[in-house]
Amino acid sequence: MTTAAQKAKSAITLKGSAEIVCDYLNYGINSILFQRGLYPPESFKSDENYGLTILMSTDNKIKEFLSTTLGQLKGWLVDRTVTKVALVITNVKTLEVMERWDFNVEYEGDANCGEQTSEKPLKQIKNEIRDVLKQIASSVAYLPLLDCLCSFDIQIYTKNDVALPSEWTEAEPANIKNAQSVKMRSFSTNIHRMETVVTYKNDD
Amino acid sequence: LIGMSQFKFWNDVNSLLTMDGPVKGPVPRWQRKKESGSFSSSSLNNSSKLRSLSSSLLNSTKTPTKGSESDYQRNKTPSKTPLKKSKTPTPPRAKTPSGDRFIPSRSASNFDLAHYKLTQDENSKSDSPTHQELQRVMSENLHGADINNQRILTYKNKAPSAPEGFQNPMRVIYTQTKTPASVKSSSRYIPQAPDRILDAPDIVDDYYLNLMDWSSNNILAAALGAHVYLWNAGTGNIDQLLELEGNDYVCSLAWIQDGNCLAVGTTNGTVELWDCSKSKRLRIMDGHSARVGSLSWNSYILSSGCRSGQIIHHDVRQREHIVATLSGHTQEVCGLKWSTDGKYLASGGNDNVLNIWQAVNGTHYSQNTPLHTFTAHQAAVKALAWCPWQPHILSSGGGTADRHIRFWNCNTGSCINAVDTKSQVCALLWSTTYKELVSGHGFANNELIIWKYPGMTKVAELTGHTARVLHLAMSPDGTTILSAGADETLRLWKCFTKNPTKSKDAEKIKSKPSALKQCIR
Repeated sequence: MTTAAQKAKSAITLKGSAEIVCDYLNYGINSILFQRGLYPPESFKSDENYGLTILMSTDNKIKEFLSTTLGQLKGWLVDRTVTKVALVITNVKTLEVMERWDFNVEYEGDANCGEQTSEKPLKQIKNEIRDVLKQIASSVAYLPLLDCLCSFDIQIYTKNDVALPSEWTEAEPANIKNAQSVKMRSFSTNIHRMETVVTYKNDD
Repeated sequence: LIGMSQFKFWNDVNSLLTMDGPVKGPVPRWQRKKESGSFSSSSLNNSSKLRSLSSSLLNSTKTPTKGSESDYQRNKTPSKTPLKKSKTPTPPRAKTPSGDRFIPSRSASNFDLAHYKLTQDENSKSDSPTHQELQRVMSENLHGADINNQRILTYKNKAPSAPEGFQNPMRVIYTQTKTPASVKSSSRYIPQAPDRILDAPDIVDDYYLNLMDWSSNNILAAALGAHVYLWNAGTGNIDQLLELEGNDYVCSLAWIQDGNCLAVGTTNGTVELWDCSKSKRLRIMDGHSARVGSLSWNSYILSSGCRSGQIIHHDVRQREHIVATLSGHTQEVCGLKWSTDGKYLASGGNDNVLNIWQAVNGTHYSQNTPLHTFTAHQAAVKALAWCPWQPHILSSGGGTADRHIRFWNCNTGSCINAVDTKSQVCALLWSTTYKELVSGHGFANNELIIWKYPGMTKVAELTGHTARVLHLAMSPDGTTILSAGADETLRLWKCFTKNPTKSKDAEKIKSKPSALKQCIR
């Protein structure tokens, strides 16, 4: 009886798994904003998580935008209606899409078995996340310079039957001309699996 | 929904087939307004709106202004009908017309899409099932899933972009111009050219290895591929010490503190010990499962770092040489240095982690868990150097994504300074002569930088290498720095001579043997 209760305590719930994914996205997106040089580096502050030091934006508007978007995403992850999250980096003047980071979502395990839980140890999940975050940070070695004023946007790809919340609109898929993609590591909570892919313009 | 490129194509095809030409006659009012330059909203704010499909657009076929819109479209079709009426030059595609009293703002309209949909309506009924299937499969391919079953949603209140005029700071890692103003004019003469250049063919261009070490009896050990050569810096003599077999190559070299014994790390996970006065191998020590890229001596203890992330302490006097195994890294250990007083071991890995290990009391090996774990570097930590006059101060350098030199107080575990060098840092060396620090860099200048410590102002920038600097070593008398580059050269820079003057240096160069360029091979 006690072991079952202990197991239940350390198990990750569907909500908990969605939160893990959203935390990763928060750190991952901030890391991309810093590493790609979209905002002044002075506007970032160090934060420690996953055994790494990640630089997070201190700009209130950016923080608000991210928290609202990711908050809504968390709900959709629990409902299993999200298929992909895309971070789109656009040239402000020409409106050309310069780069796109795709965070593909896959659902694992049996959705119909009532309260879905995962026995995967949190430490292992955090290690997997750490590996992806490091890959993102080191991607600067091959990504081309974004030599223009850029803005970023987050698009969430959902199923057709999702209700459109207030203050949200439909958007177009952001395609890149002459695209080159690099697939990064993926991590899984055994409830959600997230794969990260970066697509950029082939400069040659 | 069809991809933009596809309906642009159909747009062009249709315009080729239509008999209607451009509208002749007076310029429509809304076009005249545009030419007068009154834009209601800047394109900056509408960057996201332009991408969204507002539902009002799809209903535009029913509004009375349909006629003028399609007329406008014919004028706008890029390839066929230049805007010959307009007095201003042909506008770029991204601009949208300004508003009029019927439609105050057209910024949310996507005219290309609208035109396509207008002209497409008649054709869609005649689409054969196979054509529809083709379209569906194509859109699946483009978007990764059936786009008809998906919605793409985004929050309306967007994050702001950076302020106007902001320049991407990452440009420094793509281009770099030397800033002469930043080089402080020092009170001493530092030659801008190397004293000597040596040939280093087949040097492995791998950031994570440590292929050079200069012994206390003035012999430089250099690993080039599978070979290790010993260059006597005093006599200029060169000897080959060893050659590995098969596909193995040398990954690290380290001289023991007082001279003749050289440790050699290899790709097969072994560490060989050689007596260089006799050119004889003393022993082979195994224990690692992958290549040994870093080595550091602490008296009779040799610490080795492996690609697996493992560090092993070997007591070279014992038969059972493995004294301890440390698991502090999850990726290759590329930097490994014992402090000068033997109290601390610093290890840097490709996992961006810098660990400080404390020596076990009364021994020369360390405890099993790190005393400090520093994760501030955003890239691999290979460059490590302990301050000779403050043994608890460590300097570390990060790779391409980090580019910083950081200083740590290992007694308190704090970072006391961080300097952005704007380039990959591959090696660090301290000089006691003038209390300075030397750093080796990669793209774009492939230079060595001499910094004044602790102020961290630049004293000199030494360029010459045509590819990134991989390793640095210092002569035992502290006057000369050797840099090994991926351009297969070793350059000797005499930057720390005591009481240097121009004339004295000239004399010294003349008195050297005539071989100004020497080949190690």
